[in-house]
Amino acid sequence: MDGIHDLGGMMGFGPIEPEADEPTFHEPWEARAFALNVLGIVALRAYNVDEYRHAVERIEPRHYLAAPYYERVLTAAATLLVEKGVITHAALEARAGGPFPLARPVAERAPADVPAPVHGRFAVGDRVRVRDIRPAGHTRVPRYVRGKSGAVLHVAPAFSFPDAAAHGLAPRAEPTYHVRFAARDLWGDAAEDHASVVVDLWETYLEAS
Amino acid sequence: MSGRRRPPEPAPVAARVRGLEEALAAEGKLGPPGFLDSVEADVEKAFDWRNGARVVARAWVDPAYRARLLADGTAACAELGYQGPQGEYIVVLEDTPDLHHVIVCTQCSCTAWPVLGLPPDWYKSPEYRARVAREPRRVLHEMGLDLPAEVEVRVWDTTAETRYMVLPLRPAVTEGWSEDELAAIVTREAMIGVARL
Repeated sequence: MDGIHDLGGMMGFGPIEPEADEPTFHEPWEARAFALNVLGIVALRAYNVDEYRHAVERIEPRHYLAAPYYERVLTAAATLLVEKGVITHAALEARAGGPFPLARPVAERAPADVPAPVHGRFAVGDRVRVRDIRPAGHTRVPRYVRGKSGAVLHVAPAFSFPDAAAHGLAPRAEPTYHVRFAARDLWGDAAEDHASVVVDLWETYLEAS
Repeated sequence: MSGRRRPPEPAPVAARVRGLEEALAAEGKLGPPGFLDSVEADVEKAFDWRNGARVVARAWVDPAYRARLLADGTAACAELGYQGPQGEYIVVLEDTPDLHHVIVCTQCSCTAWPVLGLPPDWYKSPEYRARVAREPRRVLHEMGLDLPAEVEVRVWDTTAETRYMVLPLRPAVTEGWSEDELAAIVTREAMIGVARL
């Protein structure tokens, strides 16, 4: 989906502010939110990692940007546990003592109807183009490379195709390709000199260039 | 949610976390006994960026290990005991005098947990995720790193299952240092690529 999570290249954001000797968790609730999400995926097997990522993406954009990272984790886990029927939204709000915002629903006709590709079509050095696919559901193509061409640097092993796994479709594994894009091809004349971006892309996302 | 209408103020986030745990407990859905506590106890031990620092130090002192690390990062990290979730396929990016690598995950916050730990807040921030792909030199400058104009800056967006780690350039002043001494100067920021040592 063309969602708020797909931040790469968006303008207007301010400085990055690293914290010296930052702890893994700042507050006890952050560690608990992390553990509750592991519970949902690993122990309860109520949802998978791709469904989890998509639930984060479905958080209402104003909530998404304002929430700290582990609040997004909490919101996605709670959303999926309600959607899967493990708990109810009413029980969550009763026990939290107030409103408990969840992510928005999965879009109608969310999965991209993209046929599985012939595997192993590309090799290191090949020029490839990112297909112009715009599913309403989960995908791992950042908007900023859609339709852009680059060169294959490396072929990674086959991994589960997330656009299918996030929507309960038949699982399929396919190689991913590390594709290098020249900064000028992505950002135009304003691009910084001598810069490039490498994006790791499943085979379905690519075509010969 | 249009016009002036705003959603009601949510319950405090800590109360929502507790509410989720209590709602699951009421359904008997907290997993094996002690599951949540054990995850919390294990996570900081299992996923520590100092593991990555030891990988870097070993690569600096042992050319054969360095070659294995660059050829198969997953196996070379596992040699030192560093493997597990979010480390299923680790690719190590070797900085050279002409090429500087920087890692980001623009769509979420993916990181190689076994060697870089859970990511810091700045890495997860919208500011870093939005900006570093488009203006890496400017971002690095703001973070205190000015690269020569002739050095290529290569930004790696963690969009699939490959997890990256930067192998930084070894500082010339460390000639003759022990592996432990070297590991102590490696920072998480250097292994993400927003700092040089």
